[in-house]
Amino acid sequence: MRSEIRNPKAEDPDATTHHTPRTLPRLSRLTHHASRYLSVYAALWKNSVAREMSFKSNFLLWILVEVLWFGLQLSFISVLYLHTEHIGTWTKWQVVLLIGGSHFIQQVFQAFFLVNCTNLSELIRTGKLDFLLLLPVNTRFLVSLRQVDLGAFVNASFAVAVMAYAARQLHLVPTLVQLLGFLALCVLGIAIHYSLMFLLASISFWTVRAQGIVWGYYNLFNIARMPDEAFRGLFKAVFTFALPMLLVSNVPVRLLADKLNSPAPLVLLVVMSVVCFSVSEWGWRASMRRYTSASS
Amino acid sequence: MKKYWHVLNVGIQNNLTYRFNFLARAVFGLIPLIAMLYVWQKIYSGKGAGSTVGAYSLGGMISYYLLTTVVDALTAVNEDDWQIAADIKDGNISQFLLKPIDYLWYRLCLFLSGRVTYLAVAVIPLTLFILYLRQYFMLPPNWTVFGAFLLSTALTALLQFFTSYAMAMLAFWVLEVSTFIFILFAFEYLASGHLFPLDILPRGLEQALYFTPFPYQLYFPVSIYMGKTTGADMIRGLLIQGLWVIAAYAVARFAWRRGIKKYSAVGG
Repeated sequence: MRSEIRNPKAEDPDATTHHTPRTLPRLSRLTHHASRYLSVYAALWKNSVAREMSFKSNFLLWILVEVLWFGLQLSFISVLYLHTEHIGTWTKWQVVLLIGGSHFIQQVFQAFFLVNCTNLSELIRTGKLDFLLLLPVNTRFLVSLRQVDLGAFVNASFAVAVMAYAARQLHLVPTLVQLLGFLALCVLGIAIHYSLMFLLASISFWTVRAQGIVWGYYNLFNIARMPDEAFRGLFKAVFTFALPMLLVSNVPVRLLADKLNSPAPLVLLVVMSVVCFSVSEWGWRASMRRYTSASS
Repeated sequence: MKKYWHVLNVGIQNNLTYRFNFLARAVFGLIPLIAMLYVWQKIYSGKGAGSTVGAYSLGGMISYYLLTTVVDALTAVNEDDWQIAADIKDGNISQFLLKPIDYLWYRLCLFLSGRVTYLAVAVIPLTLFILYLRQYFMLPPNWTVFGAFLLSTALTALLQFFTSYAMAMLAFWVLEVSTFIFILFAFEYLASGHLFPLDILPRGLEQALYFTPFPYQLYFPVSIYMGKTTGADMIRGLLIQGLWVIAAYAVARFAWRRGIKKYSAVGG
């Protein structure tokens, strides 16, 4: 099986930063803090836009690649449903909704985090991390959000279009609460993907080979788009409680499609996202303590 | 001939340093496969006992996926196309223009050594997995079929390699070839039988696919092994597969020759 190696975009250097004045009352310091991070992030965005626009045809081609792979998933489902009416209780258009939802989550994750997670091992190998450590901004913030993948937003919008079409086929008219709930749960799902992948990327502090492991995680996206009812036993337990792939897109889509029978999966998704994020923060700190620059 | 033997040897040694990567890839690769088998199991159980999808019972379906995994391990290009493209972009091919060694045969040796090493590592998790599902893993009907399967698998490997090589030649003309490789790979993934056996498609669609090289990149050897393609069909299929190999080889050679004319050895 060949790994799906995507979009290893070029490293980019610096981001602009501002300096904090030394003494400020607490509240205004907090808002100042927030506005400072916002302006840093705005600068990172500007960099990313400039970079993407300098390779326009490539930018479009990557969008085409993602569209094709998305189409491939959808054709797979239509072939399956040539031979069956349902998988568990999931009907055809519900699964299309699930694949759309899963693609949406994956693309938004990709837009903000994917390149940055895979680049971490590069930052360590080349010693560029030193430079980021010296900046007066939280290092995890910088490492996680340095580049934005704009094409992924385009692909996320295609996912939304497919979901809207599937919802029409299902005669679903989601309420505002359902829509907002869906979005909130998507954020949790993205947080889980990000936390796990960042944790894997932190392994780079121990071995230079970590990039392979990070790409291995990409395989797990395949599980996130499958209907949860297909799975049983140990497999289900592992991918619910250890690597909660079966929660990240199934739970939000169930909420949208009126398929939630109890609030338990909701609670579980919230709990697991908090657990994953805490573990990844702990892993990051433990890794940072090990860091002994590669340069000089 | 001896020098290529040497390349093969060095290739194996080089690849062995990545054994952990290979193992991780083989193990991670099993996860989507297991997920797929669960989905099929659910579909069959929903249809009731003894039901079939196309010509497949549940056992047949599981066999199919196990066989594609084996053939894929034997024939899939790993990172050969990226490496070839990088060699062209970085000017590393200049040395091959001066040495009495042919770049295409050189890369083929590296591809084979990569497969040998990958197999040596992947055989452990794969065998364990197949043993676990041994009640579904069927043996070929007879030795002739098995021989034809091996021949067809070898042709599949060559077809995979020459196609990737030809794709990598794009690096002479464009800066980034990965998008093109992924576009082709998407079609191959769907149309070569990675995702589902091609004979569960509507008949017309399946027939149409046989006009493309894709079924010969995976599905065809598996269908021989499972006794779905036999007799005259099998012989004709093998011949067509051979023709596709020759065609891919010709395109690869042609693209290389055109590329070299344009090549300016940047950074070489």
